[in-house]
Amino acid sequence: MRAFVKMGQLVDSHYRKDGKKRWTLLEKLFLGLTPQQYIMQALLNPVNWVLAVIFAVGLPMIAGRFYFGLNWVTHSSNDYPWGLFLGFGLFGMVPLSSSGFQLGTACEVFGRHDLEPIERVGLLNGLLGYFFAVVYLLVDLGQPWRLPYPMAVAFGPAAVLFLVAWHVATYLSVQVAEVSTSFFEWIGWPVGKQGVRKITLGLTVAGIILSTLHQGALGALFTYAPGKVHPLWYSSSFQWLHFFVSSLPGGLCMVIAVSTIARTTMEWRCDERFRSTLDKLTITLAKGATMGLATYLTIKLIGIAHDNEWSYLATGWGAWFLLEMGVGVILPLALFSWAIPRNNPAIVRLGAFITVFGIVLNRLNTAMICFNWKLPHREIPHWRELIICITVFAIYVVVYRFILYRLPILYAWKEEPVGETVAEPVKGVPVPAYGEPLSPLPSYRELGEEPIQVSSYVITELGSDESGRRGL
Amino acid sequence: MSGITRRRFLCATVIGGAITTLGSMCGKGGKAWASGSFEGYPEGMGVLVDLTRCIGCRTCEAACNKEQNLAPPDRSFTDQSVFDTDRRTDEDHYTVVNRYATGEGPVYRKIQCNHCNEPACLTSCFVNAYTKTKEGAVVYNDKVCVGCRTCMVACPFNIPAYSYSSATNPLIKKCIFCHETRLKNGRPPACVEACPQEVLTFGHRKDLIKLGHERIRNSPGKYIDQIYGEKEVGGTGWMYLSAVPFDQVGFDTTLGNEPIISNVKDFLSTVPMVLAIWPALFSGFHLLATKGKDHGGEGDDEGHKRSEKEEPRP
Repeated sequence: MRAFVKMGQLVDSHYRKDGKKRWTLLEKLFLGLTPQQYIMQALLNPVNWVLAVIFAVGLPMIAGRFYFGLNWVTHSSNDYPWGLFLGFGLFGMVPLSSSGFQLGTACEVFGRHDLEPIERVGLLNGLLGYFFAVVYLLVDLGQPWRLPYPMAVAFGPAAVLFLVAWHVATYLSVQVAEVSTSFFEWIGWPVGKQGVRKITLGLTVAGIILSTLHQGALGALFTYAPGKVHPLWYSSSFQWLHFFVSSLPGGLCMVIAVSTIARTTMEWRCDERFRSTLDKLTITLAKGATMGLATYLTIKLIGIAHDNEWSYLATGWGAWFLLEMGVGVILPLALFSWAIPRNNPAIVRLGAFITVFGIVLNRLNTAMICFNWKLPHREIPHWRELIICITVFAIYVVVYRFILYRLPILYAWKEEPVGETVAEPVKGVPVPAYGEPLSPLPSYRELGEEPIQVSSYVITELGSDESGRRGL
Repeated sequence: MSGITRRRFLCATVIGGAITTLGSMCGKGGKAWASGSFEGYPEGMGVLVDLTRCIGCRTCEAACNKEQNLAPPDRSFTDQSVFDTDRRTDEDHYTVVNRYATGEGPVYRKIQCNHCNEPACLTSCFVNAYTKTKEGAVVYNDKVCVGCRTCMVACPFNIPAYSYSSATNPLIKKCIFCHETRLKNGRPPACVEACPQEVLTFGHRKDLIKLGHERIRNSPGKYIDQIYGEKEVGGTGWMYLSAVPFDQVGFDTTLGNEPIISNVKDFLSTVPMVLAIWPALFSGFHLLATKGKDHGGEGDDEGHKRSEKEEPRP
């Protein structure tokens, strides 16, 4: 990909580098490459071949699930009604998607604008995580075409799942709105972007409310099964808080994980601002995750003490619980505590990947592995169930990559001054040289002698963009 | 600058308010259900199962199969080899009889939906597919079921089953107390009528509780002094008498007497509070967090611009 980016022009504004001709939508979709170049780079990427194999096997299986029914892809267990689709797909993906509301809150509510280079990754990660949790849900539901029923046909307002359904639906809309600013920039519709920006704070606060409630509600779903979830994973009073609090480090660490992968595999797409600030921001996010993990560990212990479940720790289940907490919570906590003061982003990243694993393991334990602990048999998922899970995840990766390649998530969209006359660069501001699209402009301080012209440029920029800042 | 802040605050309040209204609608509904404890309709019917009388003939299974038009069984209803494994209800068996080896010889137990007073399946269903009828049956509306299977997770007795084999119309399958064909016309369910040993006694729930305690009193030493289902998870329509401790014949004796929904109330009651408090709390945080920037002549948005200038983009 990198080689092809050098051949073509990187799409990071509406105009080509000569500053005259606008990119067409098709050209934007092809990343500024010719169709032949685009297909060539796709074929040369080994990841695509792996994906192709997964899709070749998995897509027919998804079709088969809808044609032959759930019993073709699962063990049709009446004792374990929720398998991998929900255990991993819904309960695992949602806590990793809490990044949207956290970064939104930090930037928009608390004014931490230093986090802006990574805010959009957080928002997109939230949106896609939720969206694909719903995709997993659609695969799992017996009659997915009835999914809108709790909204329109029949209401069960006492049910926790009723809240989950409403909150996920509302929050998905909020997240679409939050991420849409990037889309409006890319497609070139400033009116839409301004419209969304005006309600940004409202959207963000709505995001906090909806996230608090339904991250918690996913936990509260298990309070319907007090005798089935193992006591170490169950707490009548605190289940929703355990789920909510653990989602906080989960979401932050997922952003660290995704940004790490993005910077390694699509460096060409990251702009200088993202690349130069990423290490610092990784440390900042890890600080938040550390507080989250420490709090989570504390309230897990309080949960055990509250219900006096210490004796279970001496059993086999207890050993498994201690392993989960040790590897998934205490180990990353130790790694973060060691690496943050030493400013070591590599170890922080390792800790983030382990945290993501730990949170997913916790959800799998609650929903499947330690569910029905009194029953003699454990449910081992059907192999087709596993393959469908992997396939849906692969679709998630493809969509994620498709968006990161195009929308201004990892880079800042270069807003052009409107009109032909202002398209000419102001004297004193160098045009990015052909072939060096990512080089940042020197700051006005460096330009020194002609700061007035620079600020006039800034004002022109602000003209189409009320507050003139990136992000929402 | 402060004008913008105020406008934003207003936006936040309006949007938050809209969501609060929506949420309190849900919250109110939830509260109405969650508050108090429902002890069953006064005229609710039930069945008292006396395990000391059951001989494991499986006639009840056969009667249920016929009454509910279920698929023909793999092994005939007279086949005693089914007792070698512990069975549960499934889409073709709304009731099953299991055998338990105890110190006092084999004990047979019939399993079916217990028709709780405050059913976990009902309270966990987000499309309200379940109804507790005034006759005491817990019935299911297959027209609205989405297939999330939360009721199966919620049922403390592991009763609801799912017809996974259907691709286009999979549904929850469970005993409905023969509600449509018999109960609402005042007749006992098919299994009760078919039982040759008078294991099953059909009647008003409150009378059955009296009857059960009478039997315990009249035969000292014969029964465990407990009617399983009188109090468990808020009381059930089907109740059991046993000569051996209930946990030796497959009953879960750790369920407690609170209905399942009581475990969920903690969370349900926080919902309207979060909806009501969070908008103001976080809008307030926003004002507090950005307030400092008003000092020194640089407002909220000035702060944005400053960060722009530090990292200018073309």
